[in-house]
Amino acid sequence: MGKRTIIPFGPQHPVLPEPVHLDLVIEDEKVVEAIPSIGFIHRGLEKLVEKKEYPEMVYVIERICGICSFGHGWGYCAAAEGAMGVEIPDRAEFLRTIWHELSRVHSHLLWLGLLADGFGFESLFNHCWRVRETILDIFEETTGGRVIFSVCKVGGVRKDIDADTLKKIADTLENIKADIKSLTDVFLDDVSVKNRLVGVGYLSKQDAIDLCTVGPMARASGINQDLRFNGHGKYLEVGFTPCIEEQGDCYARCKVRIREIFESIGIIQRCIEAIPEGAIDVPVKGKFTGEFITRMEQPRGEAVYYAKAFDPGKETNYLERMRVRTPTNMNIPAMVKTLQGCDLADVPMLVLTIDPCISCTER
Amino acid sequence: MSYITKSPWVIHYDGSSCNGCDIEVLACLMPMYDVERFGIINTGNPKHADVFLVTGSVNEQNKNVVKQIYEQMPEPKVVVAIGICACNGGIFKECYNILGGVDTVIPVDAYVPGCAARPEAIIDAVVTGLGILEQKRQALANGELLKEPEPEAAVAAPEEAAEEGKEEA
Repeated sequence: MGKRTIIPFGPQHPVLPEPVHLDLVIEDEKVVEAIPSIGFIHRGLEKLVEKKEYPEMVYVIERICGICSFGHGWGYCAAAEGAMGVEIPDRAEFLRTIWHELSRVHSHLLWLGLLADGFGFESLFNHCWRVRETILDIFEETTGGRVIFSVCKVGGVRKDIDADTLKKIADTLENIKADIKSLTDVFLDDVSVKNRLVGVGYLSKQDAIDLCTVGPMARASGINQDLRFNGHGKYLEVGFTPCIEEQGDCYARCKVRIREIFESIGIIQRCIEAIPEGAIDVPVKGKFTGEFITRMEQPRGEAVYYAKAFDPGKETNYLERMRVRTPTNMNIPAMVKTLQGCDLADVPMLVLTIDPCISCTER
Repeated sequence: MSYITKSPWVIHYDGSSCNGCDIEVLACLMPMYDVERFGIINTGNPKHADVFLVTGSVNEQNKNVVKQIYEQMPEPKVVVAIGICACNGGIFKECYNILGGVDTVIPVDAYVPGCAARPEAIIDAVVTGLGILEQKRQALANGELLKEPEPEAAVAAPEEAAEEGKEEA
């Protein structure tokens, strides 16, 4: 048994695109304890509700995270609409669902690339990001932005997608399916990739429940939890199957996300078939009223949005309080748990398989 | 770009960015834009790097990290601030934990506007940065000091000369 040593991991580290710091207490090559410290990208944007009026605040909330930016915008708008009792036209709800699922496909492809980079498969990393560019092209064509769109607003969406473009999107997605399949087969079948993933970072179902994991992390440990069943969007109308795996290791988490890519493509195609004609927004005027809490399934898991107006009679155009609880925040305890007893060389794998989004966590 | 005689390596640090600019920086290295064909490699080691790409603004927690990375990089070096947050704080300028743009902590050579900055703009700024890097390299080779003389000294010197001239007269 060797002497205990502490190895600092991060904030600036080659496998991390974002800064997070871990103190890894190791004995020989085994990690005994991991102590996370965060706060490198804390901006304090929830406090900005005091300076930005509620329609303006959407732009700030979208910039919580550049990867699931649309989902955050939608979550805030849903909370504001709920508080003010605004009914959204069907077409807007369909368009939001389409953009949100496209974001999920792009986020999971991005994550697969980073995972490949984590286990040292550089060319697979590049190929995942090459396919991802196709999704970004769809975003650019329909919204004008590549990563941050600003199409969601309180009361609906800003831009419509015409029938021809919708058809083109459905065709494009059908065409890249084979491309994505050829990449994901490498993750699922390649012997050396499986060596890095199977059995690494096991999290039991009970631990996953006790540590309050969310999203793909929970679903990979056999928990049937998918917030898309809970109302927002048109998921229940078009139908979908949640992707659940039982093994609870890195391989299962990878498999959940890969299945979700194909599931999302299916959802988008069914939405495109079912989308009705009509208005894309309703006018929302006047002061902000009410209080509302809502939950959304982001690519990384459950996110909670809370919006509260000033007391009745004293309402203004500003919110009194805005609160977001993000998925990575909930998955960090599970990550620390899986890090205990792992090999030092597996640390990047374990950090990556929770799909950390530090910008979301620290806001 | 014929003036580039060496393969410039870049290091990327996420200040307090929202990830939007970070994934665009990575997208520059990917097959669509593929700057690696010019020998530009994203390294994790500050001592290997020529160009420092910073996204996001500076806050209390990360200002020392940014400073440390900058100080560890060997001369000559170039800093590129990517995205409006890195330029001056952007939409988060009014947040309580934001000190401002990257230039509040370290000197910046090129600024990329945009939220999020587009890959084309980032590549353009890095190419501009490489021009500045080449100038700095030549200045270093000629034995010229990289640091400009202090403004006070530069102003004081002619006055002293003038006074001396008066005394002689």
